[in-house]
Amino acid sequence: MADFEIPTIKEYPVIPHLQPGVSAHLKPFVAKADFQKSLSFPGELVENWEQKAVDKLGELTGKYRSLRVFLDSCVKCGACTDKCHYYLGTTDPKNMPVARQDLLRQVYRRYYTFAGKFFGKLGIPGFVGAKEMNKEVLDDWYSYYHQCSQCRRCSVYCPYGIDTAEISMAAREIMDSVGVGQKYCNEIIGKVFKVGNNLGLPQPALEDTLLGLEEDVKAATGFNVKFPLDQKGAEVLLVTPSADFFAEPHVDGLMGYAKVFHEAGVSWTVSSYASEAANFGMFIGSYENMRKVSLRIREAALELGVKRIVFGECGHAWRVAYSFLNTLAGPFDFLDQNYPIPQHICEFTYDLIQKGAIKFDKTANDHRVMTYHDSCNVARASRMGNTPGGQFKIPRAIIQATCNHFYDMPPDTIGEATYCCGGGGGLLTDDLIELRVKGALPRMEALKQVVENHGVTHMAAICAICKSQFTKVIPYYGFTMDQIVSVHQLVSDAIVLTRQ
Amino acid sequence: MTALSWAYVIMFYLAMLILFVGVTRKIIQYARTPAPLKIPTTPAPTTKAGVVWRMITEVVLFNSLFKANRWIWIFGWLFHFALLLAFFRHLRYALAPDSIFWPLVNNWLVLNAGKYGAYAMLIGLLGLLARRFLVDRVRYISSPSDYLMLVLILGIAGSGMYMSFISRVDILELREFVLGLFYFAWQPLPSDAVLLTHLSLVLILMVIFPVSKLLHAPGVFFSPTRNQVDNPREQRHLAAWARRLETGTTS
Repeated sequence: MADFEIPTIKEYPVIPHLQPGVSAHLKPFVAKADFQKSLSFPGELVENWEQKAVDKLGELTGKYRSLRVFLDSCVKCGACTDKCHYYLGTTDPKNMPVARQDLLRQVYRRYYTFAGKFFGKLGIPGFVGAKEMNKEVLDDWYSYYHQCSQCRRCSVYCPYGIDTAEISMAAREIMDSVGVGQKYCNEIIGKVFKVGNNLGLPQPALEDTLLGLEEDVKAATGFNVKFPLDQKGAEVLLVTPSADFFAEPHVDGLMGYAKVFHEAGVSWTVSSYASEAANFGMFIGSYENMRKVSLRIREAALELGVKRIVFGECGHAWRVAYSFLNTLAGPFDFLDQNYPIPQHICEFTYDLIQKGAIKFDKTANDHRVMTYHDSCNVARASRMGNTPGGQFKIPRAIIQATCNHFYDMPPDTIGEATYCCGGGGGLLTDDLIELRVKGALPRMEALKQVVENHGVTHMAAICAICKSQFTKVIPYYGFTMDQIVSVHQLVSDAIVLTRQ
Repeated sequence: MTALSWAYVIMFYLAMLILFVGVTRKIIQYARTPAPLKIPTTPAPTTKAGVVWRMITEVVLFNSLFKANRWIWIFGWLFHFALLLAFFRHLRYALAPDSIFWPLVNNWLVLNAGKYGAYAMLIGLLGLLARRFLVDRVRYISSPSDYLMLVLILGIAGSGMYMSFISRVDILELREFVLGLFYFAWQPLPSDAVLLTHLSLVLILMVIFPVSKLLHAPGVFFSPTRNQVDNPREQRHLAAWARRLETGTTS
């Protein structure tokens, strides 16, 4: 099945011993010159790149307090060393969060601290953990900063809140600035600028797909549930990951959103111009690109004259939407201020459940014994509802309103301690499949526990990347793809439609 | 005044200058560097008061570390708490006997807790050092300077304990010396070998503070994942350099 060793699920999770270098060969394809240029990055490794990389690092420490404080503050206590799913899955020590950070920190220490400069001149920079910028360092950066899914699990446990995601974003931005970009992320951002979504799905194809979905729902339920596109004057602009338009099980979630809007009597539309919730600008640490992608949503909302913006099920998209959209593309004073801006589809559905405005037939999901995977970006980088932790409560409340059987995975693998699916952060590409399989190990261990103890049959998620990643890697661990479902797929299957 | 005393007077002023200027510079740098995006590690407090409470649990109880690893937490917290006790115990060198601050700190408590806190410090430091040697993950991430930092503080604690428990130095004379530094009325320093070692190591610690990982002390207060309020939907959070991107774009 694979040309690499698939990790074995042990009876109890263990912290593995170090095997230096075992995942050094895992690196994604490098972006071609054309794609680099469409994001205003140099096409190939620039001349004098060592100095330019060091300069860029200096520039970024002046722009981001997080980066500067995090590079200075680490005491190497070791609290984070066993927290990364990629370390647990690969056993490569450079996948320990602190060691990953140190790949950048060693260069920062060499060029931007007295200690590093002093011992560097003496010829022993390593004495204080400093290192010259060279090709070996750059290669390490390219490998290991593309083995971080920016899931922030380490930041929960760090006594100083050091977030490796911030460091890996900075490292990727530095690499982009000297001409070494990652193919997967940079091509996708290029497609968003050109076509409007990650998949490069043009307006006619999108229209076709949505009409097809209308027919499917009509055939299955007998109800005329609409999937509107570019409809001016709709109340809600739905911004959802483009995978929702045809990937499984994503599309079942999209049908769920449509049924909820239908049953609530709220008019909505998708925009072909901003037909993408994902924002890979975050993954490559580029504020400018993240902002440009975000502005498309603002422009679409203005163009269509909507009153509200609702986001579909997508983890990092919700981080950008919840935490950054107002900053990047606000102020949204032209939208209805009575609703959160933007709102998550789970918040939208949950409100209707609270009001009793939608009803479910839970027995429709009786063939499923559910568990729920907290997506990293939703769990640790955003919120739902009015109170902290709403991002854990609300999706579970929806599952429990639509299903009779629900069991949580072990507490140290959910909530704020949730493990990444193994494919986040711009790593959901076939050239990294070995990493993705290995990185999924902690989640698979947790899933196996509830499968064995409670007979769990399905795991629900609210993230397009999680869903794609799990359906791809779960067979390596002896499960089947159809065991992964969208939360709104459960809604879709259980909702009682009454309006014509 | 011997040449040795003068040397220590000068070294103390230099070290204090480096410590004060160095740390102040870093604090100003941290404060001035913009945090362009809201990145609190969630669930996070939605109010300022909530953030203050979160910071207190981090700084006083090491809450995140407690969640991460009980051994590091026990050793780390013991060490830092003992450091606080040692600070109180050393106040008598920095405050005149008639200082108005004395009623604020219970002298008996200061003397005794501080004295036995030394054992806590020793246990904490030895525990942290042992982890660096014994746990392969921690060994991997340790540079020579990481070991030496612990050895340095162990040296300070050890020489201090030696003077407390084994061979006592002339405390009154030492206090005169230290108070002399504060009042610019310099007094001779007792030339006890252990005391001179203790003071020299402290001087080294002061000098490396602003250029080392000891910056975690001011750093933790500036950590955006801990000190930000979770309210990005309610408030825009625009850094000056990000605002400049906005000129000339959209309404």
